[in-house]
Amino acid sequence: MPGQPDYPVQLVQPDGRRVLDPEHAALVADVGPEQLRALYEDMAITRRIDIEGTALQRQGQLGLWAPLLGQEAAQVGSAHALYPDDYVFCSYREAAVAYCRGVPPTELTRLWRGVAHHCWDPHAVNMTNPNIVVGSQGLHATGYAFAAHLDGAEIATIAYFGDGASSQGDIAEALGFAASWSAPVVFFCQNNHWAISEPVRVQSATPIARRAYGYGMPGVQVDGNDVLAVLAVTRQAVARARSGGGPSFIEALTYRMGPHTTADDPTRYRSAAETEQWARRDPIDRVRRLLEREGHWDYAFELRVTEHADEVAHQVRTATIDLPDPAPTELFDHVYTTPHPLITEQRREYTEYLTGDPDEASARPEGVPR
Amino acid sequence: MITTFAASLNVGLRRALEDDPKVLLMGEDIGRLGGVFRVTDTLQKDFGDSRVIDTPLAESGIVGTAFGMALRGYRPVCEIQFDGFVYPAFDQIVSHVAKINFRTQGKVHAPLTIRIPFGGGIGSVEHHSESPEAYFAHTAGLRVVTPSNPADAYSMIRQAIALDDPVIFFEPKRRYWDKADVDFDALGRDAGLPLDRARVCTTGTDATVVAYGGTVATALSAAKIAAEEGHSLEVIDLRSLSPIDFDTVEESVAKTGRLIVTHEAPVFAGLGAEIAARITERCFYQLEAPVLRVGGFDIPYPPAKLEKHHLPDPDRILAAVDRSLAA
Ligand SMILES: Cc1ncc(C[n+]2csc(CCOP(=O)(O)OP(=O)(O)O)c2C)c(N)n1
Repeated sequence: MPGQPDYPVQLVQPDGRRVLDPEHAALVADVGPEQLRALYEDMAITRRIDIEGTALQRQGQLGLWAPLLGQEAAQVGSAHALYPDDYVFCSYREAAVAYCRGVPPTELTRLWRGVAHHCWDPHAVNMTNPNIVVGSQGLHATGYAFAAHLDGAEIATIAYFGDGASSQGDIAEALGFAASWSAPVVFFCQNNHWAISEPVRVQSATPIARRAYGYGMPGVQVDGNDVLAVLAVTRQAVARARSGGGPSFIEALTYRMGPHTTADDPTRYRSAAETEQWARRDPIDRVRRLLEREGHWDYAFELRVTEHADEVAHQVRTATIDLPDPAPTELFDHVYTTPHPLITEQRREYTEYLTGDPDEASARPEGVPR
Repeated sequence: MITTFAASLNVGLRRALEDDPKVLLMGEDIGRLGGVFRVTDTLQKDFGDSRVIDTPLAESGIVGTAFGMALRGYRPVCEIQFDGFVYPAFDQIVSHVAKINFRTQGKVHAPLTIRIPFGGGIGSVEHHSESPEAYFAHTAGLRVVTPSNPADAYSMIRQAIALDDPVIFFEPKRRYWDKADVDFDALGRDAGLPLDRARVCTTGTDATVVAYGGTVATALSAAKIAAEEGHSLEVIDLRSLSPIDFDTVEESVAKTGRLIVTHEAPVFAGLGAEIAARITERCFYQLEAPVLRVGGFDIPYPPAKLEKHHLPDPDRILAAVDRSLAA
């Protein structure tokens, strides 16, 4: 396959040794010990957030949680390649990307608790909310990227999706549109090897990144558990997009260590041996080994990271537990931007039904926030 | 035997696979996992992965390829994992599956069964609780059915698979764990009520309540409470949403003079409107009050913490009964 390495791009091996790859190493030549530590810290914190999410679900505080355990390097590495004015379209598993975009940890759980359909204000961090319909965001990202291009804005748009999503027509159509328009969009496929119970082989008989060539854009496979390699290839794709070079495709090979969601039981479909094998490739351990090997690890740093992670997890926990249930009349808020007679009538009728009081029912016009 | 709704479907699918080598199941996660609701549990183990097929994650692909298989004489049973994910397949269903018989003047048909868990009440996230039945009932060429209890789940899935028309088979997901005593052998393949017949669940004299799928149990609870308050409700489980058994509804309303229709779907342009219009035509002189509808509000399905307000509950049905009786 022209232009495509036959192995995934890797800059650090699981035991923390560097890999000789001058081409890709050059893309992260500026990443010194401090930045490496920053990557480590974000990965450790987002793992802690994720564990807290699962715990909160188990304790009945969240209706559901989609763990990202094991995918920290793919998410943190790629997110660190983005500029604040780039725009992110995500699926439902990108809590680590959200954290790196600056989403306050206190805003991560709203949707999962069932009090709202969103978590954060998308335009405040240039990142969409969790998207449940698998693959649809590929088209949205392409449209957004093309619109940015029409505006003359030199930014990149990135779409995160899974290996399962790569089967959806929406992703195929997105690749076609992006190539046709030379849209400045990065398709970032987190191939975590499983779409609920289906192994990636059900989705594709070829490495997913190869599909990019058929559409006329570069496709690269990267070791998704190697944060430096992910940072490198994403920087390359983002730079290409921002400089008018058009779309590209990244397939990050990683592994979902946990269940699909807290409602899933992975023991029904995959072996413990497989999961253990991937545990040995843990993305966070890898950076720690690299730092140790190169003499940049010390106990004070470790302690600082642990304390910071605990603090963030505490914020997530208390914010989640403090989230009030929405008032019943919020059912009728924001269905339209302008008053709609049917909704106005139903709000009045239902309020009257609940309170038995017709005056209260008509007190607050539709669309006026409380 | 005592069985759940989901387990009854499983037995129905198993027997359909046994009886007809042209029946096959396809969908996401239906194989090793047995589906996210375990409706197809153990079937792949017993029938192999070319009859119980884990497909790529693509709904248009599932229905479109099933349609192609049907053209070659197979009888695919597709599983759409959740209601909100049928929309990518909507084009295949309404443009091709529904129309092929008419298009070819009966020369080619598409005996597909498309199973869709639908409705709310399980505290799920967005796109997992929708009631899209009106879109399909509005499409000529499709049959639309929904069982409300374990016995019907078994007999209706068997009849749906045997039918030469495409069937949209809605499964009320909050009833998957409901239990009942079902005699599968007595039901056989064709036993049970005919697929397009409604069932009178409880007889009554003061008002008729028409429900289907997830709201049948709700209507029955309302009838029980009403009985304690001295009102006798007749509850009808529609079972088939296209066609609708208007004869059974008409007969009931001719007797009670009052009709309340309840469903989870938003009421505007929903099935309740169709039933109200038809019954008003048929029972104009027997009706003592306007036909009332109790349904979901005309809003996107709300987040989990609000769904108890959105879904019709016995109290809202009883409030409508009171209004009807007061008219
Ligand atoms: C259109 C659509 N079909 C089905 C589903 C149900 N579903 C949710 S996640 C999922 C698997 C997705 O796998 P993948 O794209 O690999 O992402 P991952 O969950 O592994 O991150 C499925 C089938 C859905 N959300 N949307």
